[in-house]
Amino acid sequence: MVNKLVFENLKHRPVRTLLSVLAIAVEVTMMLTVVGLSRGMLEDSQRRARGAGADIWVRPPGSAAIGLSGAPMPEKMVEFFRKQEHVVIATGSITHPIGGLNTVVGIVFDEFNRMCGGFKFLEGGPFTGQGDEIIIDERYALQNDLHAGDTIQVLNRPWKIVGVVEPGKLARLIVPLKRLQELTGATGKLTQVFIKLDDPANTDKVIASLKQKLPDYQIYSIDEFTSLFKVDNIPGLRAFIYVIIGLSVVVGFLVVFLSLYTAVLERTREIGILKSLGATRAYILNVLLRETALLAVFGSIVGILFTFGTRAAIMTLVPASLTQRIVPDWWPIAGAIALTGALMGAAYPGWKAANQDAIEALAYE
Amino acid sequence: MSENGPVISIRDLHKIYRMGEVDVAALRGVNLDVERGEFVAVVGPSGSGKSTMFHIVGGLTPPTSGEVYVHGRNLADMTEVERTRMRRTEVGFVFQKYNLLPTLTARDNIAIARHIAGKPLELDDGFREVLDLLGIGHRLDHKPSAMSGGEQQRVAIARAIVNHPSILLADEPTGNLDTKTSEAVLSILRGLNERLGQTILMITHNPDAAAVADRIVHMRDGRIVP
Repeated sequence: MVNKLVFENLKHRPVRTLLSVLAIAVEVTMMLTVVGLSRGMLEDSQRRARGAGADIWVRPPGSAAIGLSGAPMPEKMVEFFRKQEHVVIATGSITHPIGGLNTVVGIVFDEFNRMCGGFKFLEGGPFTGQGDEIIIDERYALQNDLHAGDTIQVLNRPWKIVGVVEPGKLARLIVPLKRLQELTGATGKLTQVFIKLDDPANTDKVIASLKQKLPDYQIYSIDEFTSLFKVDNIPGLRAFIYVIIGLSVVVGFLVVFLSLYTAVLERTREIGILKSLGATRAYILNVLLRETALLAVFGSIVGILFTFGTRAAIMTLVPASLTQRIVPDWWPIAGAIALTGALMGAAYPGWKAANQDAIEALAYE
Repeated sequence: MSENGPVISIRDLHKIYRMGEVDVAALRGVNLDVERGEFVAVVGPSGSGKSTMFHIVGGLTPPTSGEVYVHGRNLADMTEVERTRMRRTEVGFVFQKYNLLPTLTARDNIAIARHIAGKPLELDDGFREVLDLLGIGHRLDHKPSAMSGGEQQRVAIARAIVNHPSILLADEPTGNLDTKTSEAVLSILRGLNERLGQTILMITHNPDAAAVADRIVHMRDGRIVP
């Protein structure tokens, strides 16, 4: 019976119900989107790192494992790695930040192409050696409506797009290593070296040997390296997620508070009727809390559905800049947070309703 | 006060409301007995205290002083929880403005009174006869907004008696109805009193309405007057 009363109350004011559900949905969407974005972007970085095809990833002493660092490692180290037992390919690269989270990567095309299993060109082809040339991935091309043969500005100079490749191979913007070294004042320097072995089963053995010879260098297997792409390894990311969740809870709290506060005022007479029929405070509180819980559940479901919409929008509008994952493991967490915020918002209106004077309530016009 | 005495017994009842800085005496020493199965009409002008007495007898508000016995239990000694329990089981209210829940159908308005009292929602055959007597058996699936005032008041009466309370309190039950509908509602109350032995305490301004009662009590300035 209480459920029926709750449903009928929600049906009786469809616009308010809809707005409350939408507000809670936005709260849930905010939480799921920020978590989905952080996870998606980390997973995308992992996938691109794996796409390099290396078994071992070497970074210079003192550098951050994950970062937009410059080029502090001597290029001659590549020769050293090539001479090691089981090493089939060793090639270096420079990663240079170009604003925001975007980077341009310089590679030795033939070496890297062999190591990663070969770029798949959707348009154009590899570098021709004529002028400043750049290869972009499909997502960057889609986001910026670019094609092979177009020119783009990177590092304050024009670059001719010679090829558009499938995404997932290290970077979205790829230029020849030598040219990037010249332009960034890093001639003879590298950001990292990728090593491919004759058999991945030898990875541990080679790493142990390298660590003995280069104790200060950061030497990772590809599994170790990609496992570093975690929320806690990105400075400030977890705090940022908590801030967004906190703001979401505040939004949900305020919306439900306002919605139920006006609902209680509007239903003052009905609360008086229930009291005249012998309804206890707990009974009246129960009606309002169930109504709140229902709004939170509907809001959470709609919020979850909205995340498919935000993902589609991101994939359409900014596929190169952002990657959002759908995070089903966070659905119950976001739902529980939304429910908690909503119940907190319902607490005062519920208390006010439960303690309303029956006679005043019945006299309410 | 014995269980075999009056169903309602009021002794030296006072009620003072605090209005800002001023105390307003709504009841100034009311004494009244209502016997089991009696139909009593309380008549008086606005401000005479009849609604206040109605609210106290119904357990909606406590008295300032004095004693009100319902089935031998003094309401002045009851906690709010006990008064709430009494409203569930021993008292039924009929209001001038019907006071039906607008979002529920007539059937659910009646059922919610059963639910609050912790009783099964299904109506027994005896009560279906009462619904036929009230003439609303065919209107149970309509919401109040789709019903006339007379129909709403009959639903309110059905809701008030669905838990078989020993006392029916009616506050201006015909105040919002036209003459013909008023007569029908009064006839129903009279019928409930005669056929079911329902004790009824009815407040009214209307002398014609009061005339259907067994006894008429007059109030003025917070007191019962001859």
